[in-house]
Amino acid sequence: MSHYAPDTKYQDLAPAGIIPQAGNAVEYITGTWRLQRPHRRDEDCIDCLFCWVYCPDAAVPVQGESVKGLQFDYDHCKGCGICAQVCPKKCIDMTPEGH
Amino acid sequence: MPEIKPMEGNQAIAEAMRQINPDVVAAYPITPSTEIVQTFSTFVANGEVDTNYVAVESEHSAMTACTAAAVAGGRVMNATSSQGLALMWEILYITASLRAPVILTVVNRALSGNINIHCDHSDAYGARDAGWIQLWGENVQEGYDNLIQAVRIGEHLDVRLPVMNCIDGFLVSHSYELLQVEDDEAVRAFVGPYQAVKPLLDIANPITVGPLDLWDFYFEHKRGQLDAYPPAKEVIVEVGKEFGKTFGREYGLFEEYMLEDAEYAVVALGSAAGTAKDAVENLRADGMRAGLLKLRAFRPFPAPEVAAALRGKKALAVFDRAASFGAASFPLYSEVIGALYLAGQQIPAIDILYGLGGREIVPEQIIEVFRSLPEVAASGQPANPVRYVGVRE
Repeated sequence: MSHYAPDTKYQDLAPAGIIPQAGNAVEYITGTWRLQRPHRRDEDCIDCLFCWVYCPDAAVPVQGESVKGLQFDYDHCKGCGICAQVCPKKCIDMTPEGH
Repeated sequence: MPEIKPMEGNQAIAEAMRQINPDVVAAYPITPSTEIVQTFSTFVANGEVDTNYVAVESEHSAMTACTAAAVAGGRVMNATSSQGLALMWEILYITASLRAPVILTVVNRALSGNINIHCDHSDAYGARDAGWIQLWGENVQEGYDNLIQAVRIGEHLDVRLPVMNCIDGFLVSHSYELLQVEDDEAVRAFVGPYQAVKPLLDIANPITVGPLDLWDFYFEHKRGQLDAYPPAKEVIVEVGKEFGKTFGREYGLFEEYMLEDAEYAVVALGSAAGTAKDAVENLRADGMRAGLLKLRAFRPFPAPEVAAALRGKKALAVFDRAASFGAASFPLYSEVIGALYLAGQQIPAIDILYGLGGREIVPEQIIEVFRSLPEVAASGQPANPVRYVGVRE
């Protein structure tokens, strides 16, 4: 709901709970829920893209069929650890937030 | 020309659906509403309608598909009963929140357990807080008429809410009555073409539907949704008047049957209101000033209007065809006494639980309830208002 200013009154919202634009989930920061942070060791990564395919939140950026050198999208990653689980090279570590 | 035809309630509903010719019907049949979608699917197969009929694998999917089709921009209808409505429960709230004017005929049937296929109102009562408009019909004609009006009410730009068209299982759904079937053209002209508001398929103007909505905006969205119900009440009356002008049968929020000068009144909805009319007539012939308030709109509940219609009565009996387990009284009664309290009216009232699981109710039983009302008036409001009619004890 980042489309609206935080103090918007109910009368000024579009009816039916819609946001009158599309493609705005990127603006809504949900990564603050994360308890564990994924980190990829790029030197062991083979660019199989499993992490990109399996990420339920589109939080693994990819460029030119490669994830190497690109940071996870920590604004939206929930720390579920699926990427670490499916990685065939086990090169994604999950470390507790705050450490 | 309109024709008078013998029809079952279910056939009458299917006939109205054929005349309305909705864009999408996504249905999963369940007794006693099965015949509605069965008959309608024949219309689809025979090319008598343009409807996209989706055979889904459950009522949860049926209501999901209906809601999605309505959000996409279609005029959408469906029918269900009992466990089917219960399985739709999760989606019902979403349909209303998304202001998707899906029209669902609910052929009222008791909820399990134990398993029962006959009429009571536990299914629709259970959905009363979901945000749908609920219209209740007494007989086959009203089921047909209410369905046609539901389209106009739900799609009205001041309303934009889904509508349940409730008729009693078997008692109405499987009863043959003489139905005035209106002209196809007249029905189509009355409902008019559907103009969807911000449909999802308008790809030139993309929107986001049903996004994550937490502590920061959810409350405001619910507050906005609550504003739709007072106008809905006005639209129900407006459409009912126009229906009366067009087809000769006018409808309002409720029907007053010999109520105005009545001293003792019954409040009921569904087919039992017809039985109550017999009781009222008998008692009038006997010298008792009896009357009936037959509720049509249970949601939105017309509280000030009901209180005004009941003003000055000496005692009331409110008939509930479903319990609310653990509550001090049952849904219709609670609404009625709430309405009276808000209007500053103290009328002794009892709550009659009757007809669960299809248990028959006959005029003599309602007459007996009426005959107990002078005593209720004399002794004042009973602390426990609940009375049982028709149960062995």
